[in-house]
Amino acid sequence: MKRLLKRIWNWIDDRSGISDLIAPLMKHKVPPGSKWSYVFGSATLFCFVLQILTGSCLALMYQATSDKAFQSLQFITNDATLGKILRGIHYFGASGMILLAGVHMIRVYITAAYKYPREMNWISGVVLLLLVTVMGFTGQLLRWDDNGVWSAVVGAEQMGRVPFIGKYLARLLIGGDTLGGQTLVRFYTYHVFMVPGLIILFLLFHLWLVMKNGISEPARHALPIDPATYRKKYEEALKAEGISFWPYAAWRDVIFGAAVIMVIIAAACIVGPPELRKAPDPSVVQTQPRPDWYLLWVYALFALMPREIESYAIFFGPLIIFFLLFAVPFISNKGERNPLKRPWAIAGSTAIVIFIITLLLVGYKAGWSPAFHDTDIPDNVLPARDATMLEGKNIFSKKGCLYCHRIKSYGGVVGPDLTHVGTRLSENELYLKILNGSKNMPSYAHLLSQEEMKELTSFLKNMK
Amino acid sequence: MNQTNFPQNRRQFLVRISLLAASLPAILVSIPLLGALLAPLIRKKKQQWRKVASLSDIPAGSTKLVTFVNADPLPWAGLTAKTAAWIRRENDDTIIAFSANCTHLGCPVRWESEAHLFMCPCHGGVYYEDGAVASGPPPKPLTQYLVRIRGNEIQLLTAPVPITEI
Repeated sequence: MKRLLKRIWNWIDDRSGISDLIAPLMKHKVPPGSKWSYVFGSATLFCFVLQILTGSCLALMYQATSDKAFQSLQFITNDATLGKILRGIHYFGASGMILLAGVHMIRVYITAAYKYPREMNWISGVVLLLLVTVMGFTGQLLRWDDNGVWSAVVGAEQMGRVPFIGKYLARLLIGGDTLGGQTLVRFYTYHVFMVPGLIILFLLFHLWLVMKNGISEPARHALPIDPATYRKKYEEALKAEGISFWPYAAWRDVIFGAAVIMVIIAAACIVGPPELRKAPDPSVVQTQPRPDWYLLWVYALFALMPREIESYAIFFGPLIIFFLLFAVPFISNKGERNPLKRPWAIAGSTAIVIFIITLLLVGYKAGWSPAFHDTDIPDNVLPARDATMLEGKNIFSKKGCLYCHRIKSYGGVVGPDLTHVGTRLSENELYLKILNGSKNMPSYAHLLSQEEMKELTSFLKNMK
Repeated sequence: MNQTNFPQNRRQFLVRISLLAASLPAILVSIPLLGALLAPLIRKKKQQWRKVASLSDIPAGSTKLVTFVNADPLPWAGLTAKTAAWIRRENDDTIIAFSANCTHLGCPVRWESEAHLFMCPCHGGVYYEDGAVASGPPPKPLTQYLVRIRGNEIQLLTAPVPITEI
C-alpha cells in the first residue's frame, strides 16, 4: 500500500514539479543564529491565513448590505453553529495580526535588517503595514451596528481634512453624500476583495525578497554593513555555516505560530467577539461610538490635540509618518547593525511604543467623554442636607455639571473633581469660573439665573 | 531563420502592435471600472423637502429631535437612509434645524434640555443652544439645514452629511 502511494506521489511530483518548487523554499540556508526574535514575520503571515479562512467562512453567512448586515450578524452570533467562535477568532486574529506586524517591524528596525541589500523588503513591509491598517478599519465597520455606522462617518470626516479634494474623498468613503445603501457594500468590497488582493501581491514580493536576499544574520554579532562587500561576505558565511531552514530554523516559526493561533482560539472561546450594539440607525443619537482597541490611540489623539492644529495634524500626520517610514532605509542603509550600538534606534522605538501604549490606555478611559449615565447624586453623600444644598445639588445635576465633574464617585472626569472644591476656591472664584467657562467648559452666563447661580455656588462652597 | 536575425524594425513593429492591441481593451474596460469606483461622486441626487414635525409638536423655546429619510435612498439602505436633526423653535415663527453631526468628527450630539447644551459623546465637544461651540475640540458651530413652514408643517431640505474641511 505504501509503495502504491509512493508511486502515485512520484508521478504527481514528476509531472507537476512540486518538490522542485518547494525544496528550495524549505531547504534554503539561513544563518544559524536566527532564532526566536525572527518568528514574528511568519506569525503575522499565519494570522493572515487564519483571517482569510475565517473571513471566507463568515462571508458564507454575512449579508453585506446596509439593511441586512445587522440581522445576519445576529444570526452568525446567536444562531449559526459555532458562529460566535468564528467571529471571535476573526476579531482576535485581526488584533493578533496588527500586534505582530508591529512587533515584527520594531524587531527589524532595531536590528537594522532594513539596511543593504534588504531596503525593498522594508519598503514592501511598510506598504503591507498600511494595507493591514486599512483592513483593520474596514473590518471593524463590517460589524455594522450603530458603532460601525458612526465609524464610517468619523472616517469620512477625517478624509474631509485633505485639502481641495477632502469633500470628494469623504463622499467616496461613505459611498455618497450621505450614508446609505452604497456605504457598507463598498467597505465590504475593499475589505474582502481589493485590499486582500493587494496584500497578497505585496506579500509574495516581500517573501520573494526574503528568499533572494536571505535572512539577515543576527545583529548582535554582525559586522557593520559595507555595501561593496556585504553580499559576497554573506554568501560565503552562509555557505560555511548556514543551516537548512526546514526544520532547523522553521521549527521555531511553527511553534510560535501555533502558540499564537492557540491563544487566538482560546480568546475567541473565553472572551468572545465584540458585542453587537444597537441597530445601524443614524437617526438614533444616544450612542457612544468607539473604535476597536488598536485605533484607540488615534481616538485619544483626536480628543487631546489642540483644536487649532487638528485639521493639519489629521492631514499631515499620516503623510509625515509614512514618509519617514519609507525613508528609513535611505537615511541609513549601511553601517552598524548591533542594537546595543544603535542608541537612537532603541530610544526612538521605545519612545514610540510608550507613546502609543499611553494613548491606548488614555483612549480606553476616554476621560473627555461626558458621563451621560450619571444623572443624579444621592443625598446621603452630601456633607449637609439643608434646602440650599439640595437645591444646589439639583442644579448641579440638571445643568450638566455632573457629566463632566465628579462628586465622590458620581459624575465624569472631563473636568476637575469637585468633592472638596469648597476648600480650594472662594464663592467669588466659583462664580467667575462658572460664569466665564474656559476652553473645555461652557460659559454658563446665560444658562443660569442669578438665583440658580447663587444656589450653585453656595452648594459648591459647602463641598469641603 | 534564427530569432536574433529578425530585422530591428520587425521587432519594433511587433512590440508596438502588442502594446497597442493591449491598451485598447484596457482603456475601454477601465471606463466602467472607474465608473464603479467613483460612482458616489458621479451619481447626482436632487435634495428633497421632507416633513419633519408639526408646528404644534414643538413649543416655543424648545429643541426636539426629528428624523427624516435622505433624498433618493437606494432600496437596500434600510435604516441607514435615516438622518436625525435637532429642531429648535426660537419663538413663534423662527425655526432652526441643526445637523446632529458634531463638526469635529461627525459623532451625533445629544441635546441636554435642562442644561441647554448639545453634548457630543466622542471627544467632549459641547455647543450652546444656538449651535455655537461652548467647549471642546469642534472647530465651528453646528451646521444648519434649510427649513420652511408650510401651514402647520415644518419642512426640512435634505442635505449631504456636513463634512468639516481643513
